[in-house]
Amino acid sequence: MKILHCPLNGPRNISEFVCGGEVVEMPDPGAATDADWSDYVFGHENARGTVREWWFHVPTAYWFIAERDTGTDEILRTYPASEIFGRVPP
Amino acid sequence: MPLGLIRHGFRGGRRPRRALPPAVGLRPRYDVAIIGAGGHGLAAAYYLAKDHGIADVAVLDKGWLGGGNTARNTTIIRSNYLTPEGVRFYDESIRLFRGLSGELDFNILYSERGHLTLAHTDAALRTMRWRAEVNKHLGVESEMVGLDGLARLCPHLNLGRDVRFPILGALHHKPGAIARHDAVAWGYAIAAARRGVEIHQNTEVTGILTEKGRVTGVETSRGRIACGKVLQAVAGSSSLLATMAGFRLPIHTVPLQACVTEPLKPFLDPIVVSGSLHVYVSQSARGELVMGGPTDPYALYAQRPTLEWKEGLAAPMLALFPFLAEVRVLRQWAGLADMTPDFSPIMGLTPVENYYIDAGWGTWGFKATPVCGKRMAETVAIGKPPAPIEPFALDRFAAFRQLGERGAASVGH
Ligand SMILES: Cc1cc2nc3c(=O)[nH]c(=O)nc-3n(C[C@H](O)[C@H](O)[C@H](O)COP(=O)(O)OP(=O)(O)OC[C@H]3O[C@@H](n4cnc5c(N)ncnc54)[C@H](O)[C@@H]3O)c2cc1C
Repeated sequence: MKILHCPLNGPRNISEFVCGGEVVEMPDPGAATDADWSDYVFGHENARGTVREWWFHVPTAYWFIAERDTGTDEILRTYPASEIFGRVPP
Repeated sequence: MPLGLIRHGFRGGRRPRRALPPAVGLRPRYDVAIIGAGGHGLAAAYYLAKDHGIADVAVLDKGWLGGGNTARNTTIIRSNYLTPEGVRFYDESIRLFRGLSGELDFNILYSERGHLTLAHTDAALRTMRWRAEVNKHLGVESEMVGLDGLARLCPHLNLGRDVRFPILGALHHKPGAIARHDAVAWGYAIAAARRGVEIHQNTEVTGILTEKGRVTGVETSRGRIACGKVLQAVAGSSSLLATMAGFRLPIHTVPLQACVTEPLKPFLDPIVVSGSLHVYVSQSARGELVMGGPTDPYALYAQRPTLEWKEGLAAPMLALFPFLAEVRVLRQWAGLADMTPDFSPIMGLTPVENYYIDAGWGTWGFKATPVCGKRMAETVAIGKPPAPIEPFALDRFAAFRQLGERGAASVGH
């Protein structure tokens, strides 16, 4: 069983969670070109190495942020979205 | 001890024929570099040489020939898809597969078994009727069968109603087949090498060289080579290569696992897939049951199998074939599936001139090996994708013209 530390519920089986994808900043819908917008909708870094993602604890409907290594399947850090919300560095 | 055999052994000139010429150094320049010596890259190299007379080709692989998803897949070949573009494309592949052992002079053990997709819900039945109609319209053999038909086609299947999701019917696709995956890779490799293509294993591409938006060469772990055109066919590593070339893809790399049991006497002729239960099984020529299920739940580049996946497979598999409870699993493994949001592949041009892409094959690309190789070779040779693969272009996403195959590809592979 792989354990993920939920900032709200503590260590839980990873099967209780759903991955919500890379943390990305939404382009300004008024100013974005079609190409920017489709890249925002469909494009992914899909990096091998450290990634920062949205995760969701299904039983408690709680969204948070996890950093993990996609090369080694290690979870590096989890924290509430409030730590970065509205302040996503480039 | 048969003395004749010993004498035979000492007589000269009886060395086994080398399948591939000995490895040579990289030359400074090639007309075409193909990144990835999986089935797709090797098939493209073969058709480039055979159909287009372009044999100054280097196929580069960071590992060994056919060691990626090609050697890890469960080899289901079928054309019962949902979109007309998809059905036509995969049907062309089946026609190529049927003649492939002869064409390559290499037995790929192509075996037409029939393919059953089980329905356990009304919604599944509806999608299957839709698929059957699209298929028949395009001349592909697909029929709905009820429980009587199922009992005839697959007598060992549990059709009882005492399970959580009883079977209601199935989509029967007669041309459904399996083949020997390594043989497909080796057959293409040998036939391509005979025509002058160089295959360089243990040669990792680490950078893509461009000038004014046009590709000029690739950087490898064994040095730099210049080339006129480049084709990337690296499955799970697609995004990594695209990033080197300077563009992004709508792809997630997710492990896909499979396993085989110990060999049993032949009892299972058709390939059996349950989309609702997320499992599928076929019996190989060696008698092993080759079993697969859903992709892993999150993106990852680690090819490790998990206990959770095996447990998740066992329960629904036993609902279909309860007598397998005593059968042991021999091997379990994972490959890296390059998943697109619409469950269709990406073939054709990229934002970089003369740099072509063959990606997004997710869990379903083995069956496309011949047709994709042939059509990508055409694309590279002519510099423009031929009509049958135009709908699969990378720019379909920017135009919001996706090709939704989820209903036919999400579990069926
Ligand atoms: C468990 C499993 C079951 C499957 N079942 C089916 C099925 O039943 N039917 C079906 O049709 N499809 C199935 N698939 C999908 C199918 O296996 C793939 O879509 C198909 O094999 C892709 O072939 P390829 O040649 O494009 O990729 P691969 O065979 O993966 O070849 C890509 C090659 O690129 C090389 N490479 C990567 N990065 C670099 C680099 N930087 N430099 C040089 N080389 C590099 C790799 O070493 C690899 O050899 C399955 C896949 C898996 C994992």
